[in-house]
Amino acid sequence: MSPNPVLLQVRDLVVGFGKTEVVHGIGFDVAAGETMALVGESGCGKSLTAFALMRLLPHGARIFGGQVLFQGRDLVAAREKILRDIRGNEISLILQEPMTSLNPVLPIGLQIAEVLLRHKSMSRRQADRRVLELLSLVGIPEPQRRAREFPHNFSGGMRQRVMIAMAVACGPRLVIADEPTTALDVTIQAQVLDLLDRLRKDLSMAVLLITHDLGVVAQWADRVTVMYAGRVAEEGPVGPFFRQPRHPYARGLLGASVGDSGSAHYTTQRLVEIPGSVASAAAERGCPFAPRCPETIAACRVQPPRLEPVGEMHRVACPVEVAK
Amino acid sequence: MTTSVLDAAPRGSRLLRAFARNPSFLFGCAILLAVVVVALLAPWLFPGDPQDMVAPPTLWPGEDMAYPLGTDSLGRDVAAGLAYGARVSLAVGVIAAALGLLIGAVVGAIGGYFGGKVDLVLARLTELFQTIPTFILVIVIVAIGQPTATVIVTAIGIASWPTVARLVRAQFRSLREADFVMAARSLGYSHWRIIVHEILPNALPPVVVTTSVMVANAILTEAGLSFLSMGDPNLVSWGSMIGDGGPLLRTAWFLTALPGAAIALTVLSLNLVGDGLNDVLNPRSMQQ
Repeated sequence: MSPNPVLLQVRDLVVGFGKTEVVHGIGFDVAAGETMALVGESGCGKSLTAFALMRLLPHGARIFGGQVLFQGRDLVAAREKILRDIRGNEISLILQEPMTSLNPVLPIGLQIAEVLLRHKSMSRRQADRRVLELLSLVGIPEPQRRAREFPHNFSGGMRQRVMIAMAVACGPRLVIADEPTTALDVTIQAQVLDLLDRLRKDLSMAVLLITHDLGVVAQWADRVTVMYAGRVAEEGPVGPFFRQPRHPYARGLLGASVGDSGSAHYTTQRLVEIPGSVASAAAERGCPFAPRCPETIAACRVQPPRLEPVGEMHRVACPVEVAK
Repeated sequence: MTTSVLDAAPRGSRLLRAFARNPSFLFGCAILLAVVVVALLAPWLFPGDPQDMVAPPTLWPGEDMAYPLGTDSLGRDVAAGLAYGARVSLAVGVIAAALGLLIGAVVGAIGGYFGGKVDLVLARLTELFQTIPTFILVIVIVAIGQPTATVIVTAIGIASWPTVARLVRAQFRSLREADFVMAARSLGYSHWRIIVHEILPNALPPVVVTTSVMVANAILTEAGLSFLSMGDPNLVSWGSMIGDGGPLLRTAWFLTALPGAAIALTVLSLNLVGDGLNDVLNPRSMQQ
């Protein structure tokens, strides 16, 4: 499915606050040039995972164990100085909130130029010229004038374009986008994701897209990893996943969303709901989804299920499904 | 966030307009400017040493137009004393506040940004200094050292940094969690750079406001020291003029009233400027 070499391998990554584990040994791969979507509901640990990849955890959070291999180098064990050279240069991050992610007291052109000066051996003048190229690349009109303006002169969508310009400024191999469009309205959302997708192809970089929006996954991702309560429930290429989701949780999610086939927005049918709430999964000994799962068997309660293949590149953490 | 017509204007001119709408700020600026001009022009307005005896003692203001504000008990020109005193007061105030600002900003920024054990130690240190009354601390330091301008300025600076440290620490503690700081970290910037380039400019508005009040407090402290004859004996200061005029309070009250008024006006102007800056730079009042 993906002939490209693996760019990022996450292995048994455990992240938590204090002594409490939040992400319990998750693993996935991102291949060069692909868009991988990490999907899950609020609180399942997807954002924490994204930050952990760059070792940018909020205060109080830490990595308990595991590996993050980026081009073969383990970022969990890497020294801070090496990480700083990778951040913004080879891996960059796009945050959820464009309204607050830019420094309010600096003109945006300067903010982009500083990334270039930090990582590339460029003169001030070369950086300034590159800033204008980047601004037109992300579709900001009149870059010459806009570069001198402050963040408060820009709308949310425009600010996210500026953030994208900063993220791709140094030509990273991987862009981690943490719900990049959640704070934007739907029409802008499509524009921003189209832009990100175009840049991914043009600059041959991979995108790790963190989202809770299955519509976004279906349209823009190549592969998808579904997280539930800090574990991977299912992973696979987008096509097979949407045709035939295997994990009961993934099936529930798809059942609970309004599909875009036919006149689905006006359906009179009741949407399927997943019984229970995520909170009940916290102290679960076996499969975290077992208390809400319609197909639980005795084995589910004993230990968390391992990911096992059910198709080409398609793996699911559910013994019931694997046995089918 | 609302988009008003003002948002379209460049930041600088928007600030200027906000200042112009604030009469007490303008009034404060006017007094302060007058004091600064007098201080700067003192050597030209009153050539010669202000400590020289130039006329008969205790001339009342207006009695001899050569000495419009009169002379003190030793026949020194009061007007010259006020002008040179303004130099001392402003210099002491500004330099001491700058020193306090520097120490406080460094301590507060490091503690607030890094948190943890470093913060714990620095916060306790700050509290230790805060428990000692400022004026007592200054007197002790000056008493141990020599009463020279350098020692006095240093003492006031050392006694005044905890306020700034606490303020800067609080700012850094909230700003270090801001999205743009996370964005800066994700771009590979060092801690030092994030502290100086990203957080500090955003933490400045309340610090600027406090600084203007710190200058006023430093002026008051210096005046207090000089009044107690602990000031630099080689300099004329408003505080020492009040101290010298004390014994003559009943017969020549202008000797205490004039330098007293100078101190009051200068401190008032600095407080008005501080309030004005607060109104304009405070993000909460900015959104109104």
